[in-house]
Amino acid sequence: MTTQNRGTVKVENGRYRVTGNFHYAYPNEPIRDESGKLLGITNPADMTHIHAYGGEAPFFENLSNAKLLGTKCANPKCETYGSVYIPYRIHCPDCLMRNEEVDLTELARKGASVHTFMITERTGAFNTLEKPIRFVNVEFEGVSTILMGYLSIGEPEIGMKVVPIFQTKKPTFTIMDLSWVPAGTSAADLPEGFTF
Amino acid sequence: MIKFSKQQLKIPQMSKPVYLVTGGMSKFDRAIPEKRTEELVIDSFLEAAEFINKSPEELKQYIHSCYYGHFADHFGDQLLGEAVIHDRLGLDPLGNVGIKTGGATGGSTIWEAYKAVASGYSDTALAMGWERMDEVPTDEGNHYIASAADKDWETPLGHIYTGYYAVMAQKYWQVFGKEEESFRRTLAEIAVKNKGYARMNPHAQSPMKITVEDVLNSPIVAHPLRALDCCLMSVGASCVILADEKTAYEMTDNPLLLYSSAGSHTLRVADRRDMAIPLLPNESPDQYKDLGVRFPGGDRYPGFTGFLAARMAAYYAYGMAGIVDPTEDLDLVELHDAFTISDIQTYEDIGIRPYGEGRSYVESGDCYHTNPFTGQPGKLPANLSGGLIGCMHAVGATGIMQVIEVAQHIWGRWSEMHADEAKWKRFNRVKPDDWTDLQVKGAKRGLAISHAGVGSHVTATVLVHPDHQLKGRG
Repeated sequence: MTTQNRGTVKVENGRYRVTGNFHYAYPNEPIRDESGKLLGITNPADMTHIHAYGGEAPFFENLSNAKLLGTKCANPKCETYGSVYIPYRIHCPDCLMRNEEVDLTELARKGASVHTFMITERTGAFNTLEKPIRFVNVEFEGVSTILMGYLSIGEPEIGMKVVPIFQTKKPTFTIMDLSWVPAGTSAADLPEGFTF
Repeated sequence: MIKFSKQQLKIPQMSKPVYLVTGGMSKFDRAIPEKRTEELVIDSFLEAAEFINKSPEELKQYIHSCYYGHFADHFGDQLLGEAVIHDRLGLDPLGNVGIKTGGATGGSTIWEAYKAVASGYSDTALAMGWERMDEVPTDEGNHYIASAADKDWETPLGHIYTGYYAVMAQKYWQVFGKEEESFRRTLAEIAVKNKGYARMNPHAQSPMKITVEDVLNSPIVAHPLRALDCCLMSVGASCVILADEKTAYEMTDNPLLLYSSAGSHTLRVADRRDMAIPLLPNESPDQYKDLGVRFPGGDRYPGFTGFLAARMAAYYAYGMAGIVDPTEDLDLVELHDAFTISDIQTYEDIGIRPYGEGRSYVESGDCYHTNPFTGQPGKLPANLSGGLIGCMHAVGATGIMQVIEVAQHIWGRWSEMHADEAKWKRFNRVKPDDWTDLQVKGAKRGLAISHAGVGSHVTATVLVHPDHQLKGRG
């Protein structure tokens, strides 16, 4: 069984147009104990889902342009008017009005630090990050929330100044296109495909 | 939201009191290849029926609606698995619904059944939970669990939930634990305690007689957490029957009052905005003014160190049951010890200790069945079942198992349900020679906390012997 011609999707006239294969079928295999008694079967599954980014699409698109977008409540009547959010929130969690987009790239370059972190050798299936993974939760001056990401260079510490780097050469259009490095890292040291 | 209205802070007022009538559990294990889920569910139902000397048919006659806790369809690869179970229990055509709130699924299932009885919709309701986490290899299981984090913003980062959780542990470790070796040893003591209590529980998956050094020498998962600091992945089922007063006393002469509440917080810890600490009845407004001075970095609430969902669930439940100080008013607790460090965080969220001082609950010996320093009964024993670290974490069943374990103490029947040689044998387990009776003598009131992941959902279930209700009950 091959997995050639894996499915791709386009949107035309507001509808998904799919081409190729979105699933591949494989035979079941029996599960037996030492005596040969049948206990069950394997159920192989290989399928591709379609996922809409909706109002968050600008965030994922702009990582490939080396931009970090957040949002801000622009409703003067809201009690938390002016609060800035990243992760990008499409709507204000209090007044539910549509938030205004704000470019946080410069703020992140100047005022980002590690709120907390962890280092792990363990990963789940489908992981693509190199182990050990250094998770960092990054806080920004004047921002209400604390963004999770991964550190590509160095060892994390609480309070450490970090700057964002972006997968601009071969973007995946996922959160993986954003990573962090210690402030002062030289461009020559960045991982493949990443730029400041 | 970071501010609450009067309406949101209302202590729930139920239309009628709700009683716990009985409960039962299957065996719990890492894998049970010889049984289908429905067989485990029926095992737990049979134990619940037998506990009140009823046949399964007799017990079923009382049931009017059913609440099924099963967290991850992915694990069983069966959508609408609740309908399968409902049929196999022979409960069609009664109304039933599936409940999913991650690790809090068991507690939430009880919450739903509770409201059904309290409202008068049903005189008797079944809350049944199960999980089977043995049908994918561990790394794929980790991917599925990580899929309960935000799929766009978190899951792609390693597909490992521990990664999203351990950042909280790291912050607590540095701010409130001050990276002290003594604190690290206190964490290890929790694992030693819970694995040790699991040795007295025939249902338990991971009984171990270990030392603090064993925990400290176990493989690192994510500093400062090691393998023995972490909860289990499990297979199994558990259920309870809830009823109104009249029906409860028809079914048994000794039902327990039950109160259930729920709180929540953002799925991504990232989104938790700084706010004032909501206070519990045993706390004062000034008490946390200098928290950031005593614990530098600890002034952001809940930040990455507190679980607001647990605090809100406790706030509602304490109000409902009339609890002012959990350590004084309760006789035992079952907490969601997903990790030793989150166990300590929870002591603070639910007011067993003030924020920043959770470790003293362990270090005082209060959390033990028998205080190791005084030889006297512990003030508020925790997780005598073995908890998630020693007994099991069959997600949908966990919160229900905790409630059953607390209830058996209040019923004075813990020993009967854990000493039985036949049960040890049926589960193919060896009862230890030094098996110890952990019955909490004279237990009248207890609490179970069911908790999801990084704290997106938490429920609090309080059990009270009807002769020992607290004043000021709502």
